Amino acid sequence: MIVATLLRNGIDRRIAISIGLLVAAAILVPILHLAVPADSAFHVPAHIVALFGKYLCYALLALALDLVWGYCGILSLGHGAFFALGGYAMGMYLMRQIGDRGVYGNPLLPDFMVFLNWKELPWFWFGFDQFWFAALMVVVVPGLLAFCFGWLAFRSRVTGVYLSIITQAMTYALLLAFFRNDMGFGGNNGLTDFKEILGFNVQAPATRAALFAASALMLALFIAITASIVGSKLGKLMVAVRDAESRTRFIGWRPEHIKVFAFTLSAVMAGIAGALYVPQVGIINPSEFAPANSIEVVIWTAIGGRGTIIGPVLGAILVNWAKSWFTAAFPEFWLFALGGLFVAVTLFLPRGIVGMWDQWMATWRTRTSVKADRDAPSVGSDAPEPPIVRAKSAGAALPLIADPQPAE
Amino acid sequence: MNKQHTILYLDGVSRTFDGFRAINNLSLVLGKGEMRAIIGPNGAGKTTMMDIITGKTRPDSGEVYFDGEHDLTKLDETDIANLGIGRKFQKPTVFEMHSVEDNIALSLKGKRGVFAALLDVRSKAERNRIDEILAIVRLEARRAEKAANLSHGQKQWLEIGMLLAQNPKLLLVDEPVAGMTDAETEETGRLLKEIAKNHSVVVVEHDMHFVRELGVKVTCLHEGSVLSEGTLDHVSADQRVVEVYLGR
Repeated sequence: MIVATLLRNGIDRRIAISIGLLVAAAILVPILHLAVPADSAFHVPAHIVALFGKYLCYALLALALDLVWGYCGILSLGHGAFFALGGYAMGMYLMRQIGDRGVYGNPLLPDFMVFLNWKELPWFWFGFDQFWFAALMVVVVPGLLAFCFGWLAFRSRVTGVYLSIITQAMTYALLLAFFRNDMGFGGNNGLTDFKEILGFNVQAPATRAALFAASALMLALFIAITASIVGSKLGKLMVAVRDAESRTRFIGWRPEHIKVFAFTLSAVMAGIAGALYVPQVGIINPSEFAPANSIEVVIWTAIGGRGTIIGPVLGAILVNWAKSWFTAAFPEFWLFALGGLFVAVTLFLPRGIVGMWDQWMATWRTRTSVKADRDAPSVGSDAPEPPIVRAKSAGAALPLIADPQPAE
Repeated sequence: MNKQHTILYLDGVSRTFDGFRAINNLSLVLGKGEMRAIIGPNGAGKTTMMDIITGKTRPDSGEVYFDGEHDLTKLDETDIANLGIGRKFQKPTVFEMHSVEDNIALSLKGKRGVFAALLDVRSKAERNRIDEILAIVRLEARRAEKAANLSHGQKQWLEIGMLLAQNPKLLLVDEPVAGMTDAETEETGRLLKEIAKNHSVVVVEHDMHFVRELGVKVTCLHEGSVLSEGTLDHVSADQRVVEVYLGR
């Protein structure tokens, strides 16, 4: 009943289509990869499955950022940290699945610990031999960090560029910490050489196809969840906090609670994205914490269209696709292309691809309705009244983006 | 004076910003159900007084009591808003990207928790209350429109509507008719008088015609304290008020 209400609030046709496409991809791609012979035109080759599986994880990360940035006005420049923490939690599970098949053949200690001459497993590695525990940590660790960080920052009313800078500092601090061998997370090299996930070989085509399907389904699930939240009263409050925080406060809400909720949920989404990413790329190392990674997520989201749900998903997939192509064709030009793209989008498509599309559609619809009014025989007055743009036609379609206005 | 029967009680309130005494030993008492106009030249401390009452600024010294029992110097904005003090800002501040109706709906008195908001379904009673408020502020015809598309005057009314939706006991209204046309000013006067029938109201205003129109007790502030208090005729006849307004 509650779920039904939530879904009714948020899911429009576009969301339903996207979810449908993702579910279809989750079913069809594995079939086309595994069941169709390699010489068939319909065969999906292994590298495409791996590549798009990775893109879907990035898309989920971008969606997570969009929830806090697009809807709640919190520009996090450290979302890569939550992604990486989720990834490390999964990586630790995968490391412990290696067991005695490592280079040193130690049944308990991962190779890097043997190399460092460690005698026993550090306490924080306990439990990671169990998938359920690792899966729980994928959610709990990023969520808890975001909750504590958000609680302190939002309660002290740190906003705007200051908040962005401390999120950046957070991911940078984690980068430095995870680089240290003493931390017990493999230092510079990170965690790699994975063998099995849930008893299946991570390199096997069927496992790869299953991971792709899991990523697609997880993205579909979180699109539905995000859409439901955004469509609820809480979602409207997020936008209210984004646009006029002190007004929200003076009508009796606590903006810090709303922000902490959004930030924590977003970190959980990012963590899950990271956990799905690691078995597909086969490695997690501290470079995932690099501030540049988090900034790239902001670029994907901006290009796709912040404050829309489909925008960041499209943005992440398109930009990374372009990245894959560019880094193969003109590797030295990729960063210039990315920077140029960001500048171009900021200048010419301030609402991103999806936001712009919505604006065009709204303008076009208004124009055709004006035209229809003119063509229709006018009763009474000669001059047709200017069309009243109803919230249903324009307001709902336009992304909810406004310049924040300080109260007073 | 006994603070038991007051809606708002300020006694000896002072607040200094970097050596500047914005509020200086200010005492002001508002009775239950009273409407009061506050006038004063720029920098007289009107907005700082509002900030102190709503918890945005803490006074350095002095007592601020609401409804005779709540010490407002110990509470923050959200708590004070939920106690029943609504505040309209000088510059109209509404949620521009939301429809007029949603602006009211978000302000409606009710549970203020995150999860309550997530699972909220608008009840029949709430819908009726929204209709009522839209009728009072005369924005029924524009309920589905985005607040950003309203005129300046309509935004002011919407903000007043949002205050009403909170069902406050006391409304603080900062310069409600600044930038309004004459017709809008008249409409706003009607609206405030209507509201004053069953709420206590404090109106800060520069427009003397408008204050005269309201026909209520006037307090003139100057340099952070009360200069003169009484009917508008009494206050405007006060030699000191004339001096601060015209300059010496």
